[in-house]
Amino acid sequence: MSGGNASPAVEFRDVTKRYGNVTALHAVNFSIARGTLMTLLGPSGCGKTTILRLIAGLEQASQGQILIEGVDVTLLSAAERDVSMVFQSYALFPHMTVLENVCYGLRASGMRKAQAVELAQAKLALVGLAGYDARLPSELSGGQQQRVAVARAIVLEPKVLLFDEPLSNLDAKLRRHVREEIHELQQNLALTAVYVTHDQQEALAISDRIMVMNMARIAQDGTPRQLYEQPSSQFVADFIGDANIVPVVIEGRQGELASVRLGRLLLTLPHRGAIDGSAELSIRPQALLLAPGAGSSDALAGRVSKAAYLGSHMEYRMAVHGLSKEVFVIAQDVEAPFAAGDEVAVTLALSGVALVPQR
Amino acid sequence: MTRFRIVWLAIGWAGLLVLPWYGLDDVVSPPALFAGSPWLLPLALPLLVAVWALFGRTRLRALLAAGAAGLVWLATQGLLIGQHGWAFGWLIALLGPGPRQAAMGWGAVCYALACMMLLAYGLARLGACKGDVFVVGSILLVVGLIALFVFYPVLCILSSAVRDNDGSFAPSLFAEKLFSRSIWGLDCVFGVRSCGVAWNTVAEATLVGLLTTLLGLAFALVALRTRLPMKPLLRALSILPIITPPFVIGLALILLFGRAGVVTVWLGNVFDIPRSRWIYGMPGISIAQVLAFTPIAMMVLFGVLQGVAPSLEEASQTLRASPWYTFRTVTWPLIRPGLANAFLIGFIESMADFANPLVIGGNFTVLSTDIFFAVVGASHDQGRAAVLAIVLLAFTLTAFLAQRFWLGRRSYATVSGKGHTGIPATLPASVRAACYSAIVPWLVLTVAVYGMILVGGFVVSVGRDNTPTLEYFWTAFSIERGVGGWFLSGSAWNSFIVTIEVALIAMPFTALGILTAYLLDRQSFPGRRSFEFLAMMSFAIPGTVIGVAYILAFNVPPVSLTGTGTIIAIAFAFRNMPVGIRAGLANLSQIDRSLDEASLTLGAHSFGTLMRVIVPMLRPAIVTAMTYSFVRAVTAVSAVIFLVTGHYNLATVYIVGRADVGEYGVAIVYSAVLVIFMMMVLILIQVLVGERRIGRRTETPPLEAPGLALVQG
Repeated sequence: MSGGNASPAVEFRDVTKRYGNVTALHAVNFSIARGTLMTLLGPSGCGKTTILRLIAGLEQASQGQILIEGVDVTLLSAAERDVSMVFQSYALFPHMTVLENVCYGLRASGMRKAQAVELAQAKLALVGLAGYDARLPSELSGGQQQRVAVARAIVLEPKVLLFDEPLSNLDAKLRRHVREEIHELQQNLALTAVYVTHDQQEALAISDRIMVMNMARIAQDGTPRQLYEQPSSQFVADFIGDANIVPVVIEGRQGELASVRLGRLLLTLPHRGAIDGSAELSIRPQALLLAPGAGSSDALAGRVSKAAYLGSHMEYRMAVHGLSKEVFVIAQDVEAPFAAGDEVAVTLALSGVALVPQR
Repeated sequence: MTRFRIVWLAIGWAGLLVLPWYGLDDVVSPPALFAGSPWLLPLALPLLVAVWALFGRTRLRALLAAGAAGLVWLATQGLLIGQHGWAFGWLIALLGPGPRQAAMGWGAVCYALACMMLLAYGLARLGACKGDVFVVGSILLVVGLIALFVFYPVLCILSSAVRDNDGSFAPSLFAEKLFSRSIWGLDCVFGVRSCGVAWNTVAEATLVGLLTTLLGLAFALVALRTRLPMKPLLRALSILPIITPPFVIGLALILLFGRAGVVTVWLGNVFDIPRSRWIYGMPGISIAQVLAFTPIAMMVLFGVLQGVAPSLEEASQTLRASPWYTFRTVTWPLIRPGLANAFLIGFIESMADFANPLVIGGNFTVLSTDIFFAVVGASHDQGRAAVLAIVLLAFTLTAFLAQRFWLGRRSYATVSGKGHTGIPATLPASVRAACYSAIVPWLVLTVAVYGMILVGGFVVSVGRDNTPTLEYFWTAFSIERGVGGWFLSGSAWNSFIVTIEVALIAMPFTALGILTAYLLDRQSFPGRRSFEFLAMMSFAIPGTVIGVAYILAFNVPPVSLTGTGTIIAIAFAFRNMPVGIRAGLANLSQIDRSLDEASLTLGAHSFGTLMRVIVPMLRPAIVTAMTYSFVRAVTAVSAVIFLVTGHYNLATVYIVGRADVGEYGVAIVYSAVLVIFMMMVLILIQVLVGERRIGRRTETPPLEAPGLALVQG
């Protein structure tokens, strides 16, 4: 982003990490541009935390090269890398005050005390904790501890700031608030940040870029919109937002587009590399539009099997004629909901429908 | 980081060029390169390579090779060329008598350290241990020290066992000694003479293991499954084996049940029971060891029983099982592995015990005392001592391996953070009665023994003449005013002060154990598991074996330390490493790893992290571990009895000596002083560190094999 010829903030070249016989990361390649916030997203055990710890230097790569701003750091220890990290548990030193915690990194790199205190206090003020200097971590609330951890990390002005599921120990209401604060801070300070989470909503809300991990490999890498609207695999489609994956038949291709047969409907969609014949279609639950009545030439016939009222919306499970399995539908209309057993006409909103390329 | 290399290079060069190469006390010995020993000259080569490597970023492999080569050559030349020429017979046969050299000195120490650190630097820069020089250096240092002071001596035993007293290789003599009738004879079964010493030892250890386990179980059951308020008593009892020198109990038993003992005399007067020497021998040793080691079994089983979730017993009860049925089908199977563990610990402790058999064994010999007499006795047969040591080592290591591999996977007791709610089942009446009938005699005996220790030294002759006297106390601890002012004229002062001094010198080495625990818990490196295994295994080596090993290994070059206070301090330090390792492991597991990682990512190196984050949080544990190390050092006998000299005598050895010549008064008074002194030290530390924290330490998860570390003897 900044400076055309600048090397990326972080670059992985064919990095593999093995623990004994288990491969935690399989020949991964990517680079992160400076000033962006990239999220690593995936189920537990997918390798996302391994990547974070490899960047930090808390683990050593079994193979491959890791570069930070163009410098090979593969063999450097954590202390020698210009990276800092906000831990899931915050990892505040319990025997030190808030100020001592925030000063810690500065003092460890040999800064004079007066200067360190000055910088630390500035950062504490930045996260809204001015005046909490003398408290012990145990005297702070979870949210405050989190901010101390952030202050402690950013006071070193690291080349890369790492977040390891920083919100997972906060209660649901606080999460949204802290998430916004982190995002704002990262934007204002133009920091490069790598953020690990397994919460896809959090990832969509905060990221410039998301890398979805699965089984020690990168499943897909792109902007939140790309991932949501153009998932490259069934796994990504299902992991980011819910999706109904249904088998379809591609009847012909013209340029970028393909004609897709879904029951009695014929859809025209970007083919995204899918070849003629049977393929899979990802349909977001919101993209299935319901109307009373039976199917027609431009609508599929469906029958509601389960209906649930969730306040802001309705959730249905229904059998649709021509589809081999039941689909999951979210409908905004809560005024005149359908009941189990109702016959409905189902149409598709094409914005929520995408062909999933086969591997 | 170049500074690191320059500093260590300077130390290495100083070792070669400036410091005396030979002899730790000999300050006038010339440095290596001017010592007229041409085989020392190649030692300069690795340092030259290291200097060359300083001027290139990619010369790490050369540095690594240089460090390794320096260490290898240092060891090789030291082992090959001894005091009287070549150290091996075949070399003499091949090349004639060969050159001679004395033992290594400070120059060699500095050189070895420098090579080790240069090797560590090379390894770390090539990616070992995440590039952390401090960690690699520490690992090399700890491994090197354990190798030098634990495994090298044990290897010396093996090598000494296969040689005759002139030092030539004699495998047939070894076989003859190993399978000798005096070790393995079964005459007590088939004849009238006594059995071989190996069978004596095994029988004794099995008996003691069984009795301590049963008694320990009885205590644990009464404490946890009845309403009696036993826990304070158990805590008090758990301190006893720590503060009591092991032979003191045997000593007290003699004063109670010996031919002229209080009880014997009383029985003779009242019931006309003739006096006898029944206590000397297996009965006496068994009683003494059961009294001494039951608290250890008790602590183990207390933990095991606590780990049995009450909800399981409640479940059994709701399924209409009677208390007895519940105990038999639920509780008992769950604690069975714990019982086996307690048995093995008692077994190892009994085997390793040296002082009780010495004091009260009479003609009944066990391996540990036999080893002692083979070394100091009239025969002075080091080869026989080595063979006996091998047999003893084989027994204890077998028990250790059984404990570790067979039991390791069979423990059902889960001590999880989440408390199981529920009330444990009460004991069936028959079991309760059995427990009481086991505990009460034990408690009575223990009270009698400790009463005897505290009182026995302050009467003229226990049993015969109970007039109070301070005579023995003054003999041992008098302070007189002489020409030059006050001075300590009592006969015990010298050994008392030396003991405290040496124990204090050895105490900081507990930090080595904590460092080892840190490396084991927080670092991963190739060979970590075997390192852990070997470090733990070294604790199962009986003190007697270590004592023999030390005099075999460190009496002659390349490392000569016998007759110094240093070797006693080293023996204490390495005998006490387990205390540090166990305390460290138990406490480190309670500190979240992310704290270390946070510190590392904030730019503090691992040494800084250790000092600023981990050590401050471990401080109470470190202080406690150091205190225990100190106390254990003061009460130790078996390893150091081989190492003391007239100048460096120790309290325990002095007491054993007094008891040996029948001066029970002084021996008992001195024992009482030691026990009370130790108690005061513990109380003082407890007050300083805070009661709560020490309390928590003693409640660390019980199944991490407490006995392994406690082998003292």
